[in-house]
Formats: sequence, structure tokens, C-alpha cells
Amino acid sequence: MSDDELPDPDSEPYWQGAASGELLYRRCGSCDAAIFYPRSLCTECGAPDPKWAVSKGIGKVYACSIVHRPPPSFKDQAPYAVLLVDLDEGFRMMSRLAEGDAESISIGDRVQVVFNDGPDGRPTPYFIPA
Amino acid sequence: MSLKRACAIAGVAESRLGVVPDSTVLSLQAEALVDALADAGLQKSDVDGLLVSGAWGRLPGLQIAEYLGIQPAYSDSTMVGGASFEFHLGHAAAAIQAGLCKVAVILYGSTQRSRADKYIFQIRNDLGYQYEAPYGLPTPVGSYALAASRHFAQYGTTNEQLADLAVSTREWAALNPKAYRREPLTREDVLGSGPIATPLNKLDCCLFTDGGGAVVVVSPDIAKTLDKPPVWLLGQGESVSHAQISEMRDLTITPAAKSGARAFEMAGVTHSDLDVVEIYDSFTITVLLTLESLGFCPPGTGGEFIANGRTGPSGEFPLNTNGGGLSYCHPGQYGIFLIIEAVRQLRGECDARQVADATLALISGTGGVLSSNSTCILGVE
Ligand SMILES: [Zn+2]
Repeated sequence: MSDDELPDPDSEPYWQGAASGELLYRRCGSCDAAIFYPRSLCTECGAPDPKWAVSKGIGKVYACSIVHRPPPSFKDQAPYAVLLVDLDEGFRMMSRLAEGDAESISIGDRVQVVFNDGPDGRPTPYFIPA
Repeated sequence: MSLKRACAIAGVAESRLGVVPDSTVLSLQAEALVDALADAGLQKSDVDGLLVSGAWGRLPGLQIAEYLGIQPAYSDSTMVGGASFEFHLGHAAAAIQAGLCKVAVILYGSTQRSRADKYIFQIRNDLGYQYEAPYGLPTPVGSYALAASRHFAQYGTTNEQLADLAVSTREWAALNPKAYRREPLTREDVLGSGPIATPLNKLDCCLFTDGGGAVVVVSPDIAKTLDKPPVWLLGQGESVSHAQISEMRDLTITPAAKSGARAFEMAGVTHSDLDVVEIYDSFTITVLLTLESLGFCPPGTGGEFIANGRTGPSGEFPLNTNGGGLSYCHPGQYGIFLIIEAVRQLRGECDARQVADATLALISGTGGVLSSNSTCILGVE
């Protein structure tokens, strides 16, 4: 992944947060909904400009697939576990098991965020068992 | 306002399917259109509406109109993935009902197998995709695999149950001379075909072929003048919910829940009235989730519903009677072939795979990563 247009104005604080070891999301000032991915309005009530917030980075695995036939640029990494994680603050994100046996993680497991370099060298959130 | 009987389908056709190297994405659509117009008993000069979808062009709706030499009064390039054509059918009905056109054609073509580098969907990593792209989920199969993982964990669904659907679908394909894969298939073959993204194995996934199709949709006035019996649109509903799988709220409930309810209400029929069902099978799990979301079985019981040959030629629930995207053809966006097969079943044109006395059919197209759905109910007198 190499895209000169990233981060963009919607995502810049998110990637800056990742670079300093923080998982950022947004929270609606009107209805209090947690919003991820970060965007300029509340997906629940439509109120503009949700506030940036810092997640504790702890959550539960909602779905999990072990990838055996990856896209070409991930070829040497398979098999690896791609996760959907429900963070305790009330939002969901995609991520990946940071290390270890892909078979060692299951739906319902508690996980904790860590920051490693992503495919483009940018610090990126991954998860490990909590 | 209802679309019930706002239009009828008067003609359908495929182009050559499978591997068709001596074609272009445009010539395949022209090939299908010529045959579909002949099937309807209409001329190219009668066409005043055009509905197209594809990732193959910069401006597909303009490129295909130019190639065919038509200047439609109504056009629609709704692009919501493989379900686009079921959306188009509803939109064509609305346009015809409003008097905007009288003879609309829905077209699709793909040469993804023979010219894969040019026409395959572009992988993106910008905008919302930047939050998924770093993790190497293969698209679209990985997203469907995540949904399957959730259904397995939540309800105890098994790979054996999914495999049985692939086997039943292959049994239908064996009865269809146009199907790409017709040799016998066993549950063990599917289970041993190798993991792509767990829990989905290779034979849980659709084919990767070339192919095109055309559907001719006409006003009720015109339908009554044609030789073949009209196939009426009785109900249609559509819904979209997300673009990427991390944004899907409940991975076990697809947009078919909303679109299906709308279609049933409009048609004024219920599940047990249906004779034949055609559901988009990009992956085995797609069918299971769609059956549940449409209300054919309670949440969590889709695995039992599709197991043990129930949906095959000797089962009680005729499903994907052409052999589906799993065994008949899958040129990128498969939805147009659901319409083609349902029309042929309702006209009694299906020979060895004909469902006896079929007068009412449901088709349900799913696009993206369980992102979009349009469900249509079709019937003959
Ligand atoms: Zn809000």
C-alpha cells in the first residue's frame, strides 16, 4: 500500500495518534455514539464534527478469518489472522493478530492493541491477546 | 406506490460463457442483446431504455450505448456490485410506469477470465478503505469468510453444511448444458479443496469466468402484443448497508432482510407460494445468510436448511437451478443470470432442469461484501 494521498484530512489525526501509540476514534457530541472509522459527521444522528477521543485499545474479537491465499503484496506473510474487533468504547474495527500462531485466536477472545509498522511503514494498530 | 405488474420481462439471453478469448466486453453484451431481442420478438430500434453496470469501462453507460448505436431516452448506471441488475429491474419498472421508456434493456458483460489484468475490480486503499487495507484481507472472499466465521461461532454452522449446498448446486449444473463445471462433486471434494480464508474453502467460492447477459423489459401494453408469455414483475425491494465488511453491523443479517420484506409485501405473496428460488451464490455462505435474511428459515438455521441435498434437483427446495455462480458461470457480477434463469423456469424452457409447473419465482441479488441486495418476485399467469 503506497498512496501519496494518505493520510487525508479525515484521517490525519488517526494516523498521527497511531504514530504516538494511541488508538483514536470519534464520539458524537450530540448523541454520544462512538464513531469509527473517523468521519466528519455522526452516522447515528447526523450531527456534524464528532469529537476525537482516545480508546483504551481493549476489546473482544467479533469475527476472525485465517487467510491462506493472500493478496500478492501479503504473500510471504500467510497464514495470518484478520480480525474484526469490538472495542470496549463501542466501535468496531478491522485489524490483525500482531504475532504468534494464527490458530491461537478465537471469536470472543479479549484482545489489546499494539502498534507495529504497517505495509507502508506507517505505525498501524494490530492486536494481541489481552 | 407499487411496481406490481408495472413491467414484464419479454426476452432474455446469455452470450457465450466460460472462456471466450475472441470477444470484448462490448461484443459479449451485443451478442446477448441480439439474442434477447430475438427472444422477445423486438428490434434494436424499439429500445428506448438502457441499464448497465460494470467495472470494465470509464463510462460504461456511454460506451455500450455508443457501441450498440442507440440513444436511449432513459438510462441508469446504478453500480452496487453483483446485485446491480436486480436493482436495474426495479428501476426499469419505475421508469416504464412513469412513462419515461417502453422497452428497456439490462446488459452485462465481462472478459475477466481472458483479459483479467484490464477488467478486474481495482483494489483501493483510499478513503474508508485505508482502515482495512493494511491487514491483507483478500477481497471479496475474506469479507465473506469473516461473516461465515461469525455465523459458525454464533450458531454452530459447519463446513459440511456449506459443502452440501455446493454439491446440490453442482447437481443442477450437471443438468444445464451451458454450465462451466458439470462433473460430479462430493462433500469430501469441497471439504478437501483447500482453505482460501477460513472457514471458506476453494469450492465454497464462485467460478471466475467470462460471459454476458441481456434482459428485455417492456411496458404492459407491449408485453401483451408479443408471442411469448410475459413474465411479470410482481414485487421488488432494494437496500444497501455498507461498502466494507468492518462497517456491517451484524454479519449474520444481510440487506436482504429489508429488501425481501419489501418485495414480498409488494407482490402480496408468501414464502410457501414460491415454486423456484434463485439466490446469488458468490460463496456458499452468501446463500445461507440470504435465505435466513429473506425469512425462508429462522436465524441460525440456514445450515440445516441447505444440508443433505435439500436444494438440489431431487430436494424439496429448488434453488439455483442453472448451477449458480458456483458451477454455471460467474463473470464478476453475476446478478443478471438470476433473472435469465428465473424467466426461463417460468416459461418452462429449462428441459432437464425444469421445475414442474413453476409459476412464481424469487430472485435475490447480493453485491459488494454483503453490501447491497435487491429481491424481485416474478410470475406468469
Ligand atoms: Zn450522534
